Amino acid sequence: MKKDSFFLGLLKRYRVFLLLVVVNVFVLVAFPVVGLKSLSLTGANALEMLSILPPVFILLGLLDVWVKRDTMIRLMGEGSGLRGILLAFLLGSAAAGPLYAAFPVAVVLLRKGSRFSNVLVFIGAWSTTKIPLLMFEASAMGWPFMLTRFAIDLVGIALIAWITGKVLSKAEIRTLREKAEATED
Amino acid sequence: MDLSTIVLYAVTAALLVLSAVKDRKKTLQALKKAWKSFENILPQFLTILVFIGLMLAVLTPEQISVVLGARSGWLGMVLASLLGSVTLIPGFIAFPLASALLKNGAGFMQIAVFVSTLMMVGIVTLPLEIRTFGRKAALTRNLLAYVFSFGVALVIGVVLG
Repeated sequence: MKKDSFFLGLLKRYRVFLLLVVVNVFVLVAFPVVGLKSLSLTGANALEMLSILPPVFILLGLLDVWVKRDTMIRLMGEGSGLRGILLAFLLGSAAAGPLYAAFPVAVVLLRKGSRFSNVLVFIGAWSTTKIPLLMFEASAMGWPFMLTRFAIDLVGIALIAWITGKVLSKAEIRTLREKAEATED
Repeated sequence: MDLSTIVLYAVTAALLVLSAVKDRKKTLQALKKAWKSFENILPQFLTILVFIGLMLAVLTPEQISVVLGARSGWLGMVLASLLGSVTLIPGFIAFPLASALLKNGAGFMQIAVFVSTLMMVGIVTLPLEIRTFGRKAALTRNLLAYVFSFGVALVIGVVLG
């Protein structure tokens, strides 16, 4: 029974993939030339990408285990200055997971007294300069693409955080912080 | 295997050894987490690989470059930016796609704006962001990030174009 549900779960998770494989087999039978081309493209691409992924994910795991979040949070408050900005940036870059996973962390940062603009720097870094993803980007797109994008992103993250921080009034930021303080995890 | 991949493996191996020397238990935990997050994206990852294969087998580089090529100009960039803003695909899926498009006739600027909006602008996750930062801050951040993505494309275009 348990085994069945395991396989069903697997089947469900991979259903789109399996469906596409079926489509590919169908194409292979109906249009052998296109089907073969597609198969060889998929194979080459899979080999290339799968050779990059293991170290990237091990890096992600190591970061997750070693980066202590609580201490970082304490160091990002008002008056933390450049060090606070830098830490917010590093914390965001060392993170793992999609952007929407960053919002709950942002709430925690706000609650623990981090500067609002630092939280925005953190969000910016999380969205676009995650270290393992940068390594992956360099491998997939080439170093010039990754480095150029990274350099301009540094400027962009700072600018976006600064402007967004200025657009909001002190009272609005206080309200956000109070709302964050009201939530407990 | 190219140089960047070798560097990546070397750095990872060094850090892994360092971590194991300092704390074996934590290292094992890190490896478990690594496997879990890898297995987590595997279905999507395999799907996009087959999808790219099929797409490139049907579409010719000429067709791709008409829509997203260097000569598609602003229209191609706007299209790429809209695609990037509304889709919610992780980088591990997006970069193989971007790289495949690039090798098959898409322009650097169009791909740059796609990658940048994909990562920084989130239409789908906007409600979640509004709940955290309020409407004003969330909308401002997304709007700025959208405009900024075109700046990224311009710089990429100058440096790599």
